[in-house]
Amino acid sequence: MELTRPPEESSPPPAEIAGVSPNFITTKLDFLVNWARSNSLWPMPFGTACCAIEFMATAAGRFDLARFGMERMSFSPRQADVFICAGRVPFKLAPVLRRIWDQMPQPKWCISMGACASSGGIFDTYSMVQGIDTVVPVDVYVPGCPPRPEGLIYGIMLLQKKIKGETLADSSLRQEYLLDERGLFLPPDKIDEISEPFGNSVHQTRSA
Amino acid sequence: MTERPDGVLRAWTSCGDEIIDVSPAAARGVLQWLRDTPGQEFNYLVDLTAVDYRDPERPLEVVYNLRSLHRRADLRVKVPLDKSQPLVVDSVVDLWKGADWLEREVYDMFGVTFRGHPDLRRILMWDTYAEGHPLRKDFPLRGHFTRAEQTRQALAANPEAHYSLEELSLAEAYAELPEDVRKRLAAGQRGFVP
Repeated sequence: MELTRPPEESSPPPAEIAGVSPNFITTKLDFLVNWARSNSLWPMPFGTACCAIEFMATAAGRFDLARFGMERMSFSPRQADVFICAGRVPFKLAPVLRRIWDQMPQPKWCISMGACASSGGIFDTYSMVQGIDTVVPVDVYVPGCPPRPEGLIYGIMLLQKKIKGETLADSSLRQEYLLDERGLFLPPDKIDEISEPFGNSVHQTRSA
Repeated sequence: MTERPDGVLRAWTSCGDEIIDVSPAAARGVLQWLRDTPGQEFNYLVDLTAVDYRDPERPLEVVYNLRSLHRRADLRVKVPLDKSQPLVVDSVVDLWKGADWLEREVYDMFGVTFRGHPDLRRILMWDTYAEGHPLRKDFPLRGHFTRAEQTRQALAANPEAHYSLEELSLAEAYAELPEDVRKRLAAGQRGFVP
């Protein structure tokens, strides 16, 4: 499957309604659509480490993710709405993560759960992706190592709030950030900037 | 082969563990002697790894942890390799089959070549990994390339390409597989239906 950014002129607005200034009909339609979407998010869990344990706790009875319309874990990306990356991602797993994200149909959102998924965390090493926002676009970052279930639920509620503020008139919300001819979806200098060491990891390299 | 082989540089004890240093040329012979000689019978290879010391003068050591299961005895065999020379030591896969992936890991992480290994490829890093051998002390912690270049190379990888027929244990059953599956395997496609 060859995935490259399509030419600009060949991507028309996805719906007739796009480009129309918000009026009574579209705002009411937005409300209805966003209400439905935000309360029936199906997560695609991408659990790679200890954050996945907290994620499982969030989904289990005590914290009960089903209250937020996330009853069904979608283990197929084709039926998923929100990608939850729970745990550290090594470079070897980056193409897998990217492919799952590409396989998810619009509308889709991404939650980066935990310090490692958001920034590489303590793993500022040769083998680790320094934040999954260098690989896929992220909507909500949940801090913590790992975040408690309450933290993840707060992140999910923030995402619901974000979805409730969306509008059908804005086609850029549904833009696919595909890999370009460089094989990246961000400019290389942007990725280097995101991946800069910070905090204690500035001084941790003894060799080199 | 019951004669005690040459090549043992030193025999010593550290923290209650018995250790012998063996020259690289004699390593395989000594290990085979330890495995086959009555009274030694170190029939179990617990671990095979390597150590690169921060002191650049010290040689890189390949370490074999042996155990005799019925004698309940342990022995550590260290093979120092001069870092100014090519890092080569004989493979012991034909002595202990479990050494296969361990030697691949040492090759991947330290760049030690195991002469006679049946399938010496990288095992943890992907096949096209071009930055070197990460556990060597002269390897910078964050790798040689920029993060953007590392991300680009990682995303360019084909996740299905990492598995050989042998790893999938399909090699022996290959002839019994359906025609279309054989065709896909031969074309290097794995893991999805076209």
